[in-house]
Amino acid sequence: MSRLFTWIRAHLVVLAGLLALAYLVLPNLVVLAFSFNKPAGKFNYEWNQFSTDAWTNPCGVADMCQSLSLSLQIAALATIGATVLGTMVAFALARHRFRGRAATTAMIFLPMAMPEVVMAASLGTLFLNMRIPFGFTTILIAHIMFCLSFVVTAVKARVMSMDPTLEQAAQDLYATPTQTFLRVTLPLAAPGIAAGALLSFALSFDDFIITQFNSGPTTVTFPMFVWGASQRGIPVQVNVIGTAMFIAAVALTVAGQWLDNRRKATA
Amino acid sequence: MTDQQRDAAGGDVRLTGIGKTYGSFTAVHPLDLTVPQGSFFALLGASGCGKTTTLRMIAGLEEPTTGTVLIGGQDVTALPPYKRPVNTVFQSYALFPHLDIFENVAFGLRRRGRKDVRKQVDEMLELVELGPYARRKPHQLSGGQQQRVAVARALINHPQVLLLDEPLGALDLKLRRQMQLELKRIQTEVGITFVHVTHDQEEAMTMADTIAVMNGGRVEQLGAPAELYENPATTFVANFLGQSNLLPAEVTGSDGGDLLLTAAGGRLAVPKARCSTEARHVHLGVRPEKITIEHGSAEVADGRNRLAGTVLDSSFIGVSTQYLVRTDGGQEVTVFEQNMERDARIVPGAPVVLHWNPAHSFALDAAQAIDAGTAEEAA
Repeated sequence: MSRLFTWIRAHLVVLAGLLALAYLVLPNLVVLAFSFNKPAGKFNYEWNQFSTDAWTNPCGVADMCQSLSLSLQIAALATIGATVLGTMVAFALARHRFRGRAATTAMIFLPMAMPEVVMAASLGTLFLNMRIPFGFTTILIAHIMFCLSFVVTAVKARVMSMDPTLEQAAQDLYATPTQTFLRVTLPLAAPGIAAGALLSFALSFDDFIITQFNSGPTTVTFPMFVWGASQRGIPVQVNVIGTAMFIAAVALTVAGQWLDNRRKATA
Repeated sequence: MTDQQRDAAGGDVRLTGIGKTYGSFTAVHPLDLTVPQGSFFALLGASGCGKTTTLRMIAGLEEPTTGTVLIGGQDVTALPPYKRPVNTVFQSYALFPHLDIFENVAFGLRRRGRKDVRKQVDEMLELVELGPYARRKPHQLSGGQQQRVAVARALINHPQVLLLDEPLGALDLKLRRQMQLELKRIQTEVGITFVHVTHDQEEAMTMADTIAVMNGGRVEQLGAPAELYENPATTFVANFLGQSNLLPAEVTGSDGGDLLLTAAGGRLAVPKARCSTEARHVHLGVRPEKITIEHGSAEVADGRNRLAGTVLDSSFIGVSTQYLVRTDGGQEVTVFEQNMERDARIVPGAPVVLHWNPAHSFALDAAQAIDAGTAEEAA
């Protein structure tokens, strides 16, 4: 009995880790499994028969790949917009003292704290009153707006933790302000910028509520498509896209780790 | 201009009336300072005395409120750091963490558009004995190695002046001693003007040709290490540079080249040349190691300053023994005695006589705080 307790005590952390991992990964594995299902009726909720139909013909469902492409375009543009703007805001907030700095910091934080549905409705009202037609542009503006907060937060934290003497050292070693920024400041801030950008892409691609309130009749993003489809029965292809994205994300992470390890090993 | 020609053009630093204020706080009072070309110059002082600010004004990282900075005869006051012919070794080394050692050292050359940097960088890494580490990242090196990279990164640019901001502060004592000699060797080898900021008086004395002792944003005294030590001009210098016994004394007359005074219940003498004041009330100073301690029954030769007293405390510190003696006049005097022939009778409570050569005393104006620059004052 006591030996059992000893064993448990020694392996408790590993067990807890495995449980947490299962909790995180299990839903994805279910999605993966059902991407190989051939559902009996309209709904892909019960296992019926193994099939690779959905994988061999991922765009077989009407409008799905179109919505996927729209989502990817918006996510890419929103990421670029939010990252560029957010990085500049973060530098301004971290490096300079100016009138309205505290207010800006508070305002930047607001979109993260505010209920999304309130923000979505307000934005919709704003666009309506300004007579801006709903569509690609309104979705993009809305996405850049809420992604901005995350980029600013990530980059600002990084910039604040950077040693200012490094930039002084660069200047001391004949680097002009531009060279200092490109050769020292930017590479040092890069992890923060990358984190902000990745977060932006995921948030934008994934967003439903804000998009729903600010999209036009022809601009159906992937989350909106899935939501619409779920009323009538979600096609298996949605599982294929979900699984593909999961695998891509895991592959990116593993590749990043591997590159990092290799760099450390050779260095 | 080639690097050699530029070096020959002179690396003297001339500061005229240079000062720095932050709002109502004066970090550096306007001061004049000339650092001759090729010298090893130390700015010594406690933290917050303005030494680092002075160094940063030479580097261009701090804009002076008043005054001008001349390097090799050229007025650089208005020039940004990247246009000044100086390089800095920072206290934190400030090595670029995202670049390897080779690229760190090559940074300055590349910024000035040098193409073939490999040979120069390799040679510089050889000089600081870090050749095999060229492809490592800074965080993979020890503190001492990082320090050498910082020196190499600055020296490879052949600056007219090398600025060192407490470069050895982060190293442990043994390594610090080793690096002091190493830096001194490099300076002699390359012949560049070094301006070195430190709070470690021993470090300043070991390395520098000339020391400027700073206190409260002012230069207290400037001179060669031995001169500062043997003939301090202020109580701050007397206490900060080594240790001094300062005794309140009154001038009673003169005898030839000597000034006669009474202090700590004795009649003492000090050469007039070693008085930095005309005042009647002075602090009579003598370094603890200049004093001979003997049992109270001993005979003292004529012409020596002599004080009788009682041993309060003695501590054995290997190479020497440190005695704390209360004189009959009530003052406490510290004495360092080499452990050669120890008199077993000199124990706490024993009567002793202290005596020293009058030429080893100095006199300072009593208007100054007697404990300026001591550890107690700093705390």
